Amino acid sequence: MSKYLLIIGSNSDIAKACAREFAKNGFNLILLARDFNKANEFARDLKIRSGVNVEVYEFDLNNYKDWKKVYEQFKDKVDGVLLAAGFMADQKECEKDENKTLQTIIVNYLSPVLILNDIANDFQNKKKQGFIIGISSVAGDRGRKSNYIYGSSKAGLTAYLSGLRGRLEAFGGKVITVKPGFVRTKMTERLPLPKALVAEPEETARDIYKAYVKGKDVVYTKWFWKWIMLIIKAMPEKIFKKINF
Amino acid sequence: MKRRTINSWGLYPKIEAEVFSLSDENKALEILKQVDEIIPYGNGRSYGDSALNNKVLDCCPYNYFIEFDELNGILKAQAGVLLSEILNIVVPKGWFLSITPGTKLITLGGAIASDVHGKNHHKDGCFSECVDEIKIMKPDGEIVFARKGDELFKATCGGMGLTGIILEASIRLKKINSIYIDQIVVKTKNLDETFEAFEQYEHYPYSVAWIDCLARKSSIGRCVLMVGDFRNDGKLNYKEKRKLNVPFNFPSLTLNKFSVKAFNFMYYNKILKKETRTIANIDSFFYPLDAIDNWNRIYGKNGFTQYQFILPKEASREGLKELLEEISKSGKGSFLAVLKLYGKANENYLSFPMEGYSLALDFKIEKDLFEFLDRLDKIVLNYGGRIYLTKDARVSKEVFEKGYPNIDKFREFREKIDPKRKLNSLQSKRLEL
Repeated sequence: MSKYLLIIGSNSDIAKACAREFAKNGFNLILLARDFNKANEFARDLKIRSGVNVEVYEFDLNNYKDWKKVYEQFKDKVDGVLLAAGFMADQKECEKDENKTLQTIIVNYLSPVLILNDIANDFQNKKKQGFIIGISSVAGDRGRKSNYIYGSSKAGLTAYLSGLRGRLEAFGGKVITVKPGFVRTKMTERLPLPKALVAEPEETARDIYKAYVKGKDVVYTKWFWKWIMLIIKAMPEKIFKKINF
Repeated sequence: MKRRTINSWGLYPKIEAEVFSLSDENKALEILKQVDEIIPYGNGRSYGDSALNNKVLDCCPYNYFIEFDELNGILKAQAGVLLSEILNIVVPKGWFLSITPGTKLITLGGAIASDVHGKNHHKDGCFSECVDEIKIMKPDGEIVFARKGDELFKATCGGMGLTGIILEASIRLKKINSIYIDQIVVKTKNLDETFEAFEQYEHYPYSVAWIDCLARKSSIGRCVLMVGDFRNDGKLNYKEKRKLNVPFNFPSLTLNKFSVKAFNFMYYNKILKKETRTIANIDSFFYPLDAIDNWNRIYGKNGFTQYQFILPKEASREGLKELLEEISKSGKGSFLAVLKLYGKANENYLSFPMEGYSLALDFKIEKDLFEFLDRLDKIVLNYGGRIYLTKDARVSKEVFEKGYPNIDKFREFREKIDPKRKLNSLQSKRLEL
């Protein structure tokens, strides 16, 4: 029987590319999205392309109190999770606007923690297996002046996933932390990104599927971000704090 | 919005453009309201400047399948879906594109806007033949449906994206029972033999010929003609192959009179018999060049243009002879010169095909090329022929107009539907389409 992958935040460009990649490889899908109609249109596309089962549920990560009710409807089916929801506002706007800051923390960290706690409990207590793929970000590796509110929310997620990995692996589960660099998506549409470093969502999705197949712990995509971040992390704070990026 | 350097398949011209992306209908409306002018851009496989402007609308992200009726072979999808994606879905179910050009890496919207044709034009006509319905956002933002017989349909198919943003389309597929094709390869010695061969094998649904443009004197017009039809063996296991890639632009000098002559010589002479029967598959028969990513880079960074003209049938023999002599004399090499027999013209205002023969040649961009092509234009016009907009980056308004008797109908329609010229390309401005 085919496995069911739950995709949280399925309307993001990376999520969509991943949905197609996993469906192509035989996964049934449960899509969780804020915009139900859009997700339904996408579900129809996935069914035609790959002939898999696709279910759609409406859920906004800002309303984390609704989570348990939504989860109830499909909890027994979930074999694996792809957490792809994310929110990035302009740093300057976040500094002034409390709501934007809150939304960043809720969507990128708070909600994912509450959601994954429930799922991890079911994996551990009922299924004795299951995998979780969390899309964090290279921005979470070190807080930069220009993007530290988003970055710190992703740093929190990275740390959470790291701990969760230890817990799940003890009973045969799996946690994969994905750290994309720049990807050409709706989220980055307005940013002037250096062309050579930008990945297409489809490339990111292929990397993620490969990481799943190989059972990796942490994966940077594109691959060279591992080395870029190694250098960035190694910089002394004295110098790092003065760099404008 | 991001500015990017964009180009079409010929890598000429290259321009800086603001790239907007088509994600949903509301976004499309917003963009139309916001810009002075813009042109939809698909997968960048037209050759010239028909999809280029200072602002372009990238339609590739708009790529959902909407409905696939496996029983009757009817498919509905958004305009950004690639033909290759369609094939991946429909071929295993025993269906194929009723009409397909020589590359499957084009969007559904692009296939309609160029009203593309393929090896079966002499039997089955242009892409628009298999289109049941098109959903279009007009330049004023209104969403309408165009069906066969409508003015909007006739203007949109072959209309180079100037009548509105093509959002969705329903197409009818062709039933197949194999991914394999029985192919006959025929070698001819000169132009007369080539024409005879085309007529002799006319009953085959698919045909195309490769012509050696650098052959001289009595060998002018010698060709390798390939015809074929689908087999009936029930094998429908269609899988994509790994591709080769041209990772960088070749130095512009790579292709010159001598290297092309050598290539053509080898290609022609590797086939020994006058008639060879083989079995090809969908990809090797219909899309041989798709096997090599970025093959356009072999012409160097300055790019190339594809010169494609068509002549009415009664004038084809004489006209082609004169044109081939001119090309052979110039020594301007073309790797691929493709000759094809066409069936009757359709009713669409700007569709390229008419009953006759068309020849398509690649020329790398060099200093005196455009003067040379202007000379060819004159000969084409003398014989009542015309130039294909989808391949073009340089033809003059005067030459273009003379080839397209319905241009005034198209212009009147455009004046009605888009008086402010919201949809405009470098090509439409040059030719005052």
